[in-house]
Amino acid sequence: MEEIIISTIQRTMVAGTPLLLATTGEIICERAGILNLGVEGVMAIGAVTAFIVTMTTGQPWLGVPAAMAAGFAVSLIHAVASVTLQANQVVSGLALTMLGLGLSGMMGKPYVGRPLAVKMDDVAIPFLSDLPWIGKALFHQSPFLYLAIVLALTAWFFLERTRMGIQIRSTGENPKATENQGVNVALIRYACVLVGGIFSALAGAHLSISYSSSWVEGMTAGRGWIAIALTIFALWNPARAIFASFIFGGIFVLQYLLQPLGISPNFLAMLPYLSTLIILLAISFKDPRRLNAPARLGAVYKRGER
Amino acid sequence: MIRIITSDRYNITPLRSFMTNIAALGAGILAISLIFLAAGVNPLYAVCQIFIESFGSIYGIKETITKAIPLILIGAGLTLAFRAKFWNIGAEGQLLMGAVFATWTAQHLGPALPPALIVPLIFTAGFIGGALWGIIPAILKIKYAINEVITTLMLNYICAEFLTMLIVGPWKGKTRFGFPGTDPLPDSAILGVLPGSRIHYVTLILAIICSVGLCVLIYKTRFGYEARVVGENPDAGKYAGIDFLKTSLILMAVSGGLAGLAGVGEVAGIHHYLGYPASVSSGYGFTAIIVAWLAKLNPLFAIASGLFFAGIIVGGDAIQISLGLPAATVEIVNGILLIFLIMGDYFLYNKIQICRSRA
Repeated sequence: MEEIIISTIQRTMVAGTPLLLATTGEIICERAGILNLGVEGVMAIGAVTAFIVTMTTGQPWLGVPAAMAAGFAVSLIHAVASVTLQANQVVSGLALTMLGLGLSGMMGKPYVGRPLAVKMDDVAIPFLSDLPWIGKALFHQSPFLYLAIVLALTAWFFLERTRMGIQIRSTGENPKATENQGVNVALIRYACVLVGGIFSALAGAHLSISYSSSWVEGMTAGRGWIAIALTIFALWNPARAIFASFIFGGIFVLQYLLQPLGISPNFLAMLPYLSTLIILLAISFKDPRRLNAPARLGAVYKRGER
Repeated sequence: MIRIITSDRYNITPLRSFMTNIAALGAGILAISLIFLAAGVNPLYAVCQIFIESFGSIYGIKETITKAIPLILIGAGLTLAFRAKFWNIGAEGQLLMGAVFATWTAQHLGPALPPALIVPLIFTAGFIGGALWGIIPAILKIKYAINEVITTLMLNYICAEFLTMLIVGPWKGKTRFGFPGTDPLPDSAILGVLPGSRIHYVTLILAIICSVGLCVLIYKTRFGYEARVVGENPDAGKYAGIDFLKTSLILMAVSGGLAGLAGVGEVAGIHHYLGYPASVSSGYGFTAIIVAWLAKLNPLFAIASGLFFAGIIVGGDAIQISLGLPAATVEIVNGILLIFLIMGDYFLYNKIQICRSRA
């Protein structure tokens, strides 16, 4: 029993890690008022890039910056389209997802079915990992998990407690007033889209070089979309995103726990998507004013327009 | 010094709109060439080959028309939804639900009824299936303010798993030797094709009628006007007393229903049995988003843009085999073309002048 509980917690943390990374990234982006529906595609690009670099160099730690660079590059498309060219953000994000999924399939084709010789090792945190029960479950984990939590907390502090964080948030609430304060709205939006993209790519890298050690086309399996839903569930707050992501990590693990009970595996595979709908429904009963949605999320901002 | 001055453009003529789209597609094809080059393929050859394979032979044209049928149906339906700024990304799921409903109807009523009765019945069933799956996000959006992009997408995944559950479980056919999939549909429910092709003409005619009908609906009726107001100026719509729930329900029933019809066509016209979701539809629900966008959200133009993207699918599949490119090639081409199309809109709505300033 003890074994099962520990391994369940451990797997929940692992399954929640990519969700947390991507959700934090999307929160930063949406706080600046840009809706990025390209998360799924950027994640796939991050996954395939990290995998290819790790495979060819044998160094998982080189795969991570490579994935970040790739995430930066493809997110630039969305930044240019939605900020500079004032394109429809929904369609631009969708296009990015299509491109990302397609491009990752093309890049990864020669690598399908070839497992990594070395994957990212788990790291035991000294002393803490020796604690009974939780030591093994929480402190003997992939570096991506620690990174995800640290980045989420940093993002929270940055958005809520620093001057630049206020500028980002007011860019999403009222870009015109922000511009009048002498803040460069376009620059902030570019930065937030790109940082968001880097976070999504990290989430992908976790999937391909830490969670599993192989590349399969479509391995992101809708996690990017779930992250967008989690952004709402977390009320655009990175600290709450930690909690939200690990709940969903638990739902991913639940699939495997319930399998021996003879429930249809296809029904279990529906669970994360069904839960997303249920959670969004639950959150809709909250007072909309307390949802904290950025007021100008997804709206085109044209400089100098009245 | 050279300065760039941008200003709004007010006189947007259909010709300029058309030329902008052509220029955007041209620029997109140029970008795709670079990717082909990176993949080690002669880009000029590859791009030409896409169009030669799809439009350059009788066989190619027949295949292109076959693939255009679902794209026109779904794309036309999406133009209506997108005009009301209802971002229906769930056409793929709505298509599958239509296929499921049609399969059930055909299997249960098909053996007893003549084709003249069963064919209209399966199309009706497919429309209802797609429409039901489509109005769920409408209710969730209007009643509970839940973002429709996420709900329609989640419903895609749920529907795909639901369909798989049926074909590996209760609906698994006895003639499939243990492989997932239903038994073939009864003969009476199988759609006729034009001789020597796979063009199931009933669905093709239906697609064209629907495009024309939607055009009338959008531009000539009160409902169409209300849908456009909901999209362009929701505040004004509220004050004018437009019933948002009713409008959204109708437009998603139509949009989902048309996707359902496409599902009927694929099952009864092409495959003749219900198989895995990925075999029922090769991503038509997503490609149709680009079809709608290229059509400038005009359902009549969806016929032309549906044919164009069907050509990309046929040609893309062909060069993928002949040049050894991965299956994702078509997806890349689609993604890049969509990006260039939306970027092109900027140059349509804004006038950009390059002047030499005196300073």
